[in-house]
Amino acid sequence: MMTNSGARLTQGQFSFLPDLTDQQITAQINYALEHGWAIGVEYTDDPHPRNTYWDMYGNPMFDLKDPAGILREINECRKAYPRHYIRVTAFDAARGWETPRMSYIVNRPPVEPGFSLVREERDGRAIRYTLRSYAVDKPEGERY
Amino acid sequence: MSAQSPLQSASAPARIDLAAILREARVTDALEQLDHELVGLAPVKTRLREIAAFLAVEKARSSLGLASGAPSLHMSFTGNPGTGKTTVAQRIAEILHRLGFVRKGHLISVTRDDLVGQYIGHTAPKTKEVLKRAMGGVLFIDEAYYLYRPENERDYGQEAIEILLQVMENQRDDLVVILAGYKERMETFFRSNPGFSSRIAHHIDFPDYSAGELGLIAAGMLERMQYHFDAAAARAFGEYIERRQRQPHFANARSIRNALDRARLRQASRLCAIQGPVDAQALSTITEQDIRASRVFGEASRSE
Repeated sequence: MMTNSGARLTQGQFSFLPDLTDQQITAQINYALEHGWAIGVEYTDDPHPRNTYWDMYGNPMFDLKDPAGILREINECRKAYPRHYIRVTAFDAARGWETPRMSYIVNRPPVEPGFSLVREERDGRAIRYTLRSYAVDKPEGERY
Repeated sequence: MSAQSPLQSASAPARIDLAAILREARVTDALEQLDHELVGLAPVKTRLREIAAFLAVEKARSSLGLASGAPSLHMSFTGNPGTGKTTVAQRIAEILHRLGFVRKGHLISVTRDDLVGQYIGHTAPKTKEVLKRAMGGVLFIDEAYYLYRPENERDYGQEAIEILLQVMENQRDDLVVILAGYKERMETFFRSNPGFSSRIAHHIDFPDYSAGELGLIAAGMLERMQYHFDAAAARAFGEYIERRQRQPHFANARSIRNALDRARLRQASRLCAIQGPVDAQALSTITEQDIRASRVFGEASRSE
């Protein structure tokens, strides 16, 4: 039985929806800019859900007024890493938050093999479960 | 059916009132405000009206489905220092925003330092960073001719110019670039960078102010600072302007502002020297002696 037959990675916002168009991404960036959040573009090829710290593409972008510059950055990242996961995060520096307020995937590999369930047998017939992406069998940079 | 109503309304407006476009976008207000606040600059104001009219026509054309490519709006402002280039750039950003040709309408003012890096590979990210900030608004490059240094062929300015040109061409609807600087040096700059010249649609020249206009500017500045000249001081300041204009390094309105600032300094030290209380009248009056103490008068009398 396959519960997620497409094996699409579901992390962050909008991940159960079809991929966002550039127009929709622009609207989301605009929302973040209106709130004064700093926006970063990040990429990775390790889709494990606990892999929180993705590599940042360029610098985080502060003090911008318009999404056009960020969309340009996203497209440059897509050009450099066409088969990686790319996400956009919006960081809120306001006291009390100091955390990303938005995070959504804007690029994914053409084929996502999904995860296997790994069972580890422990003492006394105990079993520990963990997830492992089929993609990470290959070394970094050759996974997708 | 509700689906029919947009079709009907779309076919209705075969005529478009251009004045209404300008009025609705509050462009007329912005132009009138410019007329009020900026003294002189008649050719600049005429050019701005023309540009506003052109943009309104473009807008009307596109709403009637006529061909209207995104117009090239990059400009060059040439003129001596203190002739109001930055102020006008701010207004243009506002007008373009109101007509919907830039999305946010902010003005980013930069010079060579903000665009050109200090070592290899530093320039491109720096320029791109500035361009990103300027997206949706107006990028004002003051003293743009410093970007190009012909005497040093390894100067990084060339790299910044190339990135600028690329963005000016490919992202015309994302930002408007205004280059500003002295007339002669800008002309040399455009001659040696023909790429810029051909991408700039509007060359606007800012004339120097006449003595009378400078007097009006001074009066406006004083009014905003809540000071005033007494009769003798006004006469003396008229004389001051004429003498100052003949001296080197005259920077039009900026020189006038500096002259007024120094007059206020002298007024302050004069008032502090007086024993006893002063009233509001004394605190806001600049007298003849505050003006006459200027170096401009001193040098003239020495040379005569």
